[in-house]
Amino acid sequence: MNVRLYIWQRATAAIMAPLVLVHIAVIFYATRQGMSATEVLARTRGSVAWAAFYGLFAISASIHASIGVRNILDEWLPLNERRAGVCAIAFGLATALLGIRAVAAVVLP
Amino acid sequence: MHSELSVSLWRGGADGRYETYNVPQRESQTVLDVVTFVQRHIDPTLSYRFACRVGVCGSCAMTVNGKPRWTCRTHVTKVSHGGRLEIGPLENLPVIKDLATDMQPFFEKWQGAKGAFAPTKTRHDAIAQIRPDTPARMAVDAAIECINCGICYSACDTVRWNDRYLGPAALTRAWTLVNDARDGGNTARLQAIAGSGGCHACHSHQSCQQLCPQALNPTAAIAGLKRRTVAAYLNREIGA
Amino acid sequence: MNARYLKHRGDALWLAALVHRLSGLALAIFLPLHFLALGLAIQGEARLQSFLRWTDQPLVKFAEVALVFLFTVHLLGGLRILVIENLDWRDGQKRLATLAAAVSAIVAFAFLVRVF
Repeated sequence: MNVRLYIWQRATAAIMAPLVLVHIAVIFYATRQGMSATEVLARTRGSVAWAAFYGLFAISASIHASIGVRNILDEWLPLNERRAGVCAIAFGLATALLGIRAVAAVVLP
Repeated sequence: MHSELSVSLWRGGADGRYETYNVPQRESQTVLDVVTFVQRHIDPTLSYRFACRVGVCGSCAMTVNGKPRWTCRTHVTKVSHGGRLEIGPLENLPVIKDLATDMQPFFEKWQGAKGAFAPTKTRHDAIAQIRPDTPARMAVDAAIECINCGICYSACDTVRWNDRYLGPAALTRAWTLVNDARDGGNTARLQAIAGSGGCHACHSHQSCQQLCPQALNPTAAIAGLKRRTVAAYLNREIGA
Repeated sequence: MNARYLKHRGDALWLAALVHRLSGLALAIFLPLHFLALGLAIQGEARLQSFLRWTDQPLVKFAEVALVFLFTVHLLGGLRILVIENLDWRDGQKRLATLAAAVSAIVAFAFLVRVF
């Protein structure tokens, strides 16, 4: 960990705090309604708002999680710092790509 | 009160083992009294450190039933359960022999955190006027009484997991200097604690704060350093 | 990790930090899988719908309850860290940490009630 990674991790955490609350509310709402895939997608398809919300969420989460994973690899496994960093970057990129793909999947008309 | 204590002491180096001794229990006995008894009356080859015996020097710190403590300030009745004690050397430091550890890595990290005062004046200048009630000086005063006993360093999980981590004591000293209006070394100091192994490695477990016998709060000092290094980085005073 | 290691650990704040780390790890493992599932919508609504039907199983629902707990406890643990690092030092943190765990359990329980 260093000051640069720290800033990215805390900043994405601060960004995500309100997003997480909204997401929990969405989860509760969707399960209460017993929404099917069709009903969910009807709301998300073509929506700029959902695209922006979940796009920001997915990217922030990928950055935040990869830095956290880096710390765990560095501290709990016998990897050296550089290797932990490489693994974490790979994880972050893969997750971010999957995230953008998922957002696109539900938002593109 | 049991008439006799069953005391396990670490013997040997890193590849040593615990050996058990029977020590008569006495009134107001401290753990240091117990160790001293073993060395004087049972096994003179036992190695351990102490100096003042009265809780001001920090030399007698050892691991007692899993917790790092000053043994001269730890009453046996407070920590022994069922008349048993387990005493080992401080954790996270190389063992020299038995209960004595090598404090060199601790002090090297002190230097690594730039925990030394960088003067800006000479004897020909006027004495600096430091008011004791400024926020900066109050922050220094709250953190300055470290006597380098190593308890916080020994208790810290992040030190255990990350051998680059400078540790709570070194960073707390850096904090006192960062807040010292007379010090001129802050750019180098903030740079030194902003890299790998610096203050950002702290996870705020707060074992240090809970166990410091001087009631210092390294977690709070390190939180302050996190804020200062972020500001310095964003202002381009230091790099990453 | 043995009994000696845990002696001065295992108090509320140390547990809070461990729970924070483990919940983050669990969420980090879950996240790409979550994205993969949502990406099924690319193959059409029917594909996503059949996946959602799969998640109706009780075991999966329990896993979702656990995820809601982990999510909430990780958020609250993170807020604890942000408060320690950016606001003045405060006492009573052990109480707050325990409260955070309780709130997370309540939120997860509310979710449990909803889905069963």
